[in-house]
Amino acid sequence: MTPLLNVSDVRKYFPIRKGVFLRREVGRVHAVDGVSLQVRAGETLGIVGESGCGKSTLARCVTGLYPVTSGSIEFDGAPIGGKGFRRDVQMIFQDPYGSLNPRRRVGSIIADPLVIHRIGNAAERRRRVQELMELVGLNPEHFNRFPAEFSGGQRQRIGIARALASRPRLVVCDEPVSALDVSIQAQVINLLKDLQAELGLTYVFIAHDLSVVRYVSDRVAVMYLGRIVEIAPGEDLYKTPRHPYTNALLSAASVADPDLSARRERIVLTGDVPSPITPPSGCRFHPRCPKAQARCVREDPLLLPGGDHSAACHFPVVPGERLGAEHAGIPQESTEPGLGRTEPDRGGE
Amino acid sequence: MSLTDASAEAEHVPEEAPAVRGKGPWRLAWERLARDRAAMVSLGVIAVIVLLALLAPVFAAITGHDPQAQFPETGLTPEGLPVGPGSDFWLGADSLGRDLFIRILYGARISLLVGLLSTLLATVFGIVAGMVAGFYGGWVDGVLARVLDVVLSFPYLLVAIVLVAALGASVPLMIFVIAFFSFAAMARVVRGQTIAYKEREFIEAARSMGAGKVRTMFVDVVPNLIAPVTVLATLLIPTSIVFEATLSFLGLGVDPRTASWGAILADSVDFYRVAPGLLVFPALMLLLTTLSFNLLGDGIRDALDPRSDRLLPGK
Repeated sequence: MTPLLNVSDVRKYFPIRKGVFLRREVGRVHAVDGVSLQVRAGETLGIVGESGCGKSTLARCVTGLYPVTSGSIEFDGAPIGGKGFRRDVQMIFQDPYGSLNPRRRVGSIIADPLVIHRIGNAAERRRRVQELMELVGLNPEHFNRFPAEFSGGQRQRIGIARALASRPRLVVCDEPVSALDVSIQAQVINLLKDLQAELGLTYVFIAHDLSVVRYVSDRVAVMYLGRIVEIAPGEDLYKTPRHPYTNALLSAASVADPDLSARRERIVLTGDVPSPITPPSGCRFHPRCPKAQARCVREDPLLLPGGDHSAACHFPVVPGERLGAEHAGIPQESTEPGLGRTEPDRGGE
Repeated sequence: MSLTDASAEAEHVPEEAPAVRGKGPWRLAWERLARDRAAMVSLGVIAVIVLLALLAPVFAAITGHDPQAQFPETGLTPEGLPVGPGSDFWLGADSLGRDLFIRILYGARISLLVGLLSTLLATVFGIVAGMVAGFYGGWVDGVLARVLDVVLSFPYLLVAIVLVAALGASVPLMIFVIAFFSFAAMARVVRGQTIAYKEREFIEAARSMGAGKVRTMFVDVVPNLIAPVTVLATLLIPTSIVFEATLSFLGLGVDPRTASWGAILADSVDFYRVAPGLLVFPALMLLLTTLSFNLLGDGIRDALDPRSDRLLPGK
């Protein structure tokens, strides 16, 4: 079965320019650095990672908002950006305040995709807008209001209604709930799940909250410094994480159960995320990895394609193994720790 | 958090709200403006001036004094000096025996016409130039920004003198000259605002839905520009009126025979000792008009952006 979305070896670098006139390029932020993944029709692929790991940049490449530096992205077997692409692929944004124009009424905002793609006449669009508002749990009578008159959760529902207006097949959700209160998060996530079941949607779901991703995703990809370090079906990833970074990430997630939380071992990583301007050689994670060896500095581990559960690691963690809290890695000169979060990732917090 | 537990109670129930049309940002701004006493008084003064200008021919008919007609018998004393205010000449006459009141009313027509039309022109061109520069960026922005710098550094009075000398004084020419020199200020403000809005997520959202640049500019950027543009336009009107008066005072504005506040003031220079009204009344009108527009502009700014700090805090 051909995947609905096929991302192969995508790289996105942002040039850093200096000078007033010549604007010389003095460096590049390696925001996304060789990502390949497939999304099957009807599934939800979750993408997790710390802020600055390139997940929002990847989302913007997939939706065609950023041109890629190299690599290819295919949607439904054709390169992205073709006819109907903007209709079939929609995006839900992180910030429910910034993503809605404050000077326009919500009815007109939700109708945007219909107007842009010339779907229906004025009366049909209005009917569709009210239908969409009802679908996402808003009062259809409120189409005449302004975004400022809604709460954060309601605004995110407006954003969802807008994304669904043109009946898309793929919806890229860029941290759709991270700006919301926890109680509202659950409502919005359940709404997204219900809509998926009802409309047969495919999601790429980006978040930094592991429990949110676990709840919505069929498969989960973990990103670190512009790369996918591990990709697996959701339960596999959470039960038997193979990459040391995934292990550390999972151990850092908060757990509601205090007994479990006390028993659990926390893997504390040393150092900071290295700068994406000058990423480390070999495995991107080696300066902070408790299992790093000389090979990790030299050789870039590959994320083997095809397999259901794959990790880009020379020495994957086996179930039951204990990762020492102390740094067992090779001594490493500092890789500019202070510049760790310079990626222009507006999705970060 | 436990999402599975929360799912049961998560069903959103739309509250039973009546189908009210929300108070838009414009409605709210108007309500704030209505509470601003200085702005409301200014608006009233402007309304009166506009009304007087519109009714100028009516007053000319009542008094029987055409703005251009000279009345050597009734308007001048036997010594040849202008008469003072009275029942015949309400504000007195000028040095040629013309009715000062009627001429001031006709002058208001010129001032308002020039002020409003040149501001309108400057606003339209300023929005287009500023938005294109800000939205497209790159070399388009570079070229337009330099053009604006050049316009802003022009010696406007010299250019006006040259143009009038070459083409002859006329109202359309003056409107064009004033608009040309004020559009750069508008374009700069619009450019800055556009650049700020370009980075907002809702512009990115429009792009992801497949909206074109032109559509995005008009549908998503323009509504956000209305507030700063309205404020600046209100403040450009008095500047244009003063500019018109200056040019007319120097004899470079409208045809010198036409009644205009600047021209009346120029006439008064030789006579203000014997007929102070000739200086005082047009100057007062000019002051009142520009002051009202400026106060109204300040009020609109406060009303549209309640977070902005006033220059002077207090009631």
